[in-house]
Amino acid sequence: MNKFSLGNILPRQDAMYFAVLAVLIVIVLPLSLDIFRLNLVGKYLTYAFVAVGLVLCWGYGGILSLGQGIFFGLGGYCMAMFLKLEASDPESTKIQSTPGIPDFMDWNQLTSLPWFWEPFNSFPFAILAVLVVPTIFAYIIGVAMFKRRVGGVYFAIITQAIASILTILIIGQQGYTGGVNGITDLRTLLGWDIRTDSAKYILYFVNAALLFACLFVAQYVRKSKLGRILLAMREREDRVRFSGYDVSNFKIFVFCIGATFSAIGGAMFTLQVGFMSPSFVGIVPSIEMVIFCAVGGRMSIIGAVYGTLIVNWARTTFSESFPELWLFAMGALFIAVVMVLPNGLAGLYKNYVEPRLVLLGGKLKQQWASRTTPVSVSGGQE
Amino acid sequence: MFADYTTTELLSIFAMQGFAGLILFSVFVLMALGLAIIFGQMGVINMAHGEFMILGAYITYITSNLFSEYMPGLFSMYFFIAMIIAFFATAALGALVEWSLIRHLYKRPLDTLLATWGLSLILQQIYRTVFGAREVGVTLPDWLMGSIPLTDMIDIPINGLFVMGLTVLISVSIYLLMFRSRWGSQVRAVVQNRPMASAVGINTEKTDRVTFALGCGIAGVAGSAFTMVGSTGPTAGQLYIVDTFLVVVFGGAQSLLGTIASAFTISQSQSTMEFFLSGSMAKVLTLLFVVGILMIRPQGLFAMKIRR
Amino acid sequence: MSVMNQTPKKEFVLAVEGLTVSFDGFKAVNDLSFYVEEDEIRVIIGPNGAGKTTVLDLICGKTKATGGSITFRGKELTKMSEHEIVHAGIGRKFQNPSIYEDLTVFENLEISFPRGHSVLGALAFKRDAEVIAAIQEVADEIFLSEHLNKTAGLLSHGQKQWLEIGMLLIQKPDLLMLDEPVAGMSVAERKQTAELLNRITKGRSVIVIEHDMQFVEDIAHRVTVMHQGKTLSEGSMERVQNDPKVIEVYLGH
Repeated sequence: MNKFSLGNILPRQDAMYFAVLAVLIVIVLPLSLDIFRLNLVGKYLTYAFVAVGLVLCWGYGGILSLGQGIFFGLGGYCMAMFLKLEASDPESTKIQSTPGIPDFMDWNQLTSLPWFWEPFNSFPFAILAVLVVPTIFAYIIGVAMFKRRVGGVYFAIITQAIASILTILIIGQQGYTGGVNGITDLRTLLGWDIRTDSAKYILYFVNAALLFACLFVAQYVRKSKLGRILLAMREREDRVRFSGYDVSNFKIFVFCIGATFSAIGGAMFTLQVGFMSPSFVGIVPSIEMVIFCAVGGRMSIIGAVYGTLIVNWARTTFSESFPELWLFAMGALFIAVVMVLPNGLAGLYKNYVEPRLVLLGGKLKQQWASRTTPVSVSGGQE
Repeated sequence: MFADYTTTELLSIFAMQGFAGLILFSVFVLMALGLAIIFGQMGVINMAHGEFMILGAYITYITSNLFSEYMPGLFSMYFFIAMIIAFFATAALGALVEWSLIRHLYKRPLDTLLATWGLSLILQQIYRTVFGAREVGVTLPDWLMGSIPLTDMIDIPINGLFVMGLTVLISVSIYLLMFRSRWGSQVRAVVQNRPMASAVGINTEKTDRVTFALGCGIAGVAGSAFTMVGSTGPTAGQLYIVDTFLVVVFGGAQSLLGTIASAFTISQSQSTMEFFLSGSMAKVLTLLFVVGILMIRPQGLFAMKIRR
Repeated sequence: MSVMNQTPKKEFVLAVEGLTVSFDGFKAVNDLSFYVEEDEIRVIIGPNGAGKTTVLDLICGKTKATGGSITFRGKELTKMSEHEIVHAGIGRKFQNPSIYEDLTVFENLEISFPRGHSVLGALAFKRDAEVIAAIQEVADEIFLSEHLNKTAGLLSHGQKQWLEIGMLLIQKPDLLMLDEPVAGMSVAERKQTAELLNRITKGRSVIVIEHDMQFVEDIAHRVTVMHQGKTLSEGSMERVQNDPKVIEVYLGH
C-alpha cells in the first residue's frame, strides 16, 4: 500500500492488455508476415508513438495538438542528419564538386557543411538531439501558450500553423534540408547496413521495445496522481488552480512527453524506412495521427496502438486496390469516430466485448476483478 | 535589400506589391468573413470552409462554361449569375452540414474540428472525381480583362479592382446584416445568452442553422471571386484554411473589423516581403509574426476585456 | 513574524484597501476597503450585481485588480498568481459546486491534499498513511465518510457543496472564502452546514457570501453590505439591519 509496486502501476487487467499486445507485436506478426510486410508494420508502429503521446495530451490533458508531425519530423530529421553524414563520407561522394557533404547540398551549390550540421557527425549527439530538440521546442511552445492560458481550439490552430511554417521552411531551404524530397539514400548506422533484411528484423524489435518503454511511461503517468490531476483539469481547470496547482506546468509536461514520444517514433521511422521528408511534418500527417489515436480510443494507450495499426493497414489495403476511395473512407472515419464512437475501439470493447467476456470468463474474471479494484481506499477505511 | 533599387523603382514595387497584396487581402477577407461569423459568433471550427469556397469556384467555372456554350450573348454577365448560384448552393450545403453534423457537436469544439476535417477530405475527393485533379480556370469576360496604366511602371489589373470592389460591397452588407438588422441582433442575442434568447422567443436552432449557412454562402461567393484571380483545384481550399484561421484569430474572433484589419496586415506584409525574399520565406516570416503576436496577445488584436 | 511588526495591520488577517476593478469602464468594484480579523466569520451581502463574487475573484487572483491593494498576513496578493495565493493560505469555494465529477470522493480530496503540487511531486506522490488519515478526518467532518469510493458526480447537490468545502479544509487554509455555500440545500442540510462552518472556523477566518438571511444570522460575526461595488454598511447583523441606507437599497430583507 505504501510502496509503488508494479501492481499499482500495472493492475492485473492492464497487464493482460499489455501482454496481448506484446504477443501480437513480438510473436504473431513477425511469424506470420514476410519482411516487407513486417517492415510496413514497423513503420505503422512508429506512428503509434505519436498516438500514445496524444492519448496523454488530448485524452487526459484535453490539449489537442494538430502539430505532432513537428516533433515526429524533428526526431526523424535529427536521426536522418546523422545517417546522411555517415553516408556522405568523402570516398563515396568523390564525384561531387565538394566531396564529403550530403549530395543535396552539393546540388544546391553549398561548398561546406552548415554549422548546425557539424555536431551530427557524432552518434551520441544525434541520439541526444532526437530526444532533446523536439522536447525543448515543445517546451517553448508550451510555455508560450499555456502560461498565457491559450488552449482549446486556439492551441489546435496555432500548432497547426507551426506545423505549416516548419514544412514551408524545410521545403524552402533545400540546400540545408534536402527540400521536398527530404533526406534520402540513408545506408548505414555506425557501419551497420540498415537496408538488409536482418537489419530490418532487428530494427523492428528495437522499435517494439521502445514502443513498450513509452507505453510503460504513459501507463505510469496515467496511474500516478498526475494522471488524475489531468483528468481533474480537463473537467474543472479553475478548481485545480484554486487547489494550489500551477495548471500550465502540467499541460507543458504532457505536451513535452507527447513530443518526446513522437520524436522517438520519428527517429525509428527514419531508421526503418530509410528516409525522412517534409511530408511527415505538415498539417495533413499531423491531423491523421490524431485520427489514429481517436480510432483506438482517446483515453486508451493500448487502444491507440491498435488504432494506428488498423487505420494504416486499411490505408495500405485501400490504396492498393481502390486508391480513390481512400479519402472517402478517411473522411468518413473522422466523422464516424466523432459522431458515433467518441471513445474509439477501446470504448467499443469496454461496452460490448468486455461484458461478454465477463459472462464467459465467469469465475476467473471475477477473481481478477476483485484483485484489481482500486488500490486506493480500502486501506484507509479499515 | 533596398540598395539595388532607385527610389522611384522602390515606390513602384511597393505600389505593385501593395496592389497584389490587396487582391490577396480581398480573398482573405471574403474567406475570413464567413469563418469569423461561424467561429466568432458560434464558436464552431469549420475546417471544411476552404472546400465550401472551392465549391463556389467550381460553380462559377460550370456557369461560365454553360454560358459560353448556350448563351454566348450574355457571357459578359455570367459572373453575377454564377455568384448568386454559388451563394445559394454553398449556403444550402452549409445548412445540410449544420443539420446533419454540426448541431450535434456544439459543446465539443475540438470534435467539430475533426469532423469537419473529415468532411473536407470527402469534399476534396468528390471534386477530384467530378472535375479531375487538374486545376481549372474560367474565361474572363472582355470587360474584366486588361489593366489601367497608372504610370509607366504601375498597371492596375481590372479583375483585381473588380474583386476588391466586390469585397467592399460584401463586407458592408455583412456589417449591415449583423449590426443593423433584426436578424443580426437575434444572432448576437443567441451568442451572448442562449437560454435567455430562447426564452424571449428566438428560435435558436434556426438561428444557428441560418448563421452557419450564411457563413458558408459567403465562402461560396469568396470562391466565385477567387476564380477571377486564380485557378481552382480540388485541394486549393486546404492551402488557405490555416492562413484564414490565423486571420480570424489574429483579428480577435468576435470582431468583424478586427478580421478585416488583420487580413490587411497579413496580406500586405506577405506580398511586400514576397518581392524581396522567396515566396516561402515571406510566408514563413508572416506566419511567425502572427504566431508571435498571438503568443503575446492570445485574445487577438481587437478583443474586449469581458467580465468572466 | 514580520507581519506582527507592521503596527497598522497587525490585528487583521486580510486587509482590502481601495480595491477597484473595471471592465470596459464599468467599475464592478469601486474603491472598496474592508478588514477581516483573526478567527472572524465575515458575511458579505448585497443585491445582485453588487460585486460580491468579483471581490472573491479579486482576492483569490481569478480577476486582476485595476487598482488598490489586498494584503494577506503582510503579503500583497494582487501581484501573485492563483496557486501562489492558495499556498499563502487562502481557499475558495465557488458558487456552483466545483468538484471533479468523474473522480471518486477520495480522489477529489486527495488532489486537494497539500503535497505533491509540482509536476515531479505529482509523479512521485504516494498515497501513504498520512494522506489516507487526513482524507478520512476531513470526510468525517463533511459527513461523507460513507461515500469515499463513490463517484463524486453521483452525490446530492448538498453533498457536492460539502465535498467542495472539504476540499478546502484539507488544504488547511488560514482564510476560507465561500460563495453561497448553502444555495440549493434543504433545511436540514443548511442546519448541518451552519454547524459545520461554526466548527471549522476555529483557528481560521472565513468570508461568506450568502443571500439566506437566517443563515447569515446564524453564522455571521460581522456583516459587510455591498452596493454598486462599494461598501454600503458594515457591522453586526443587528446594526446593518437597522441602517437606513441598507433598508433603502435592500428592501424586503
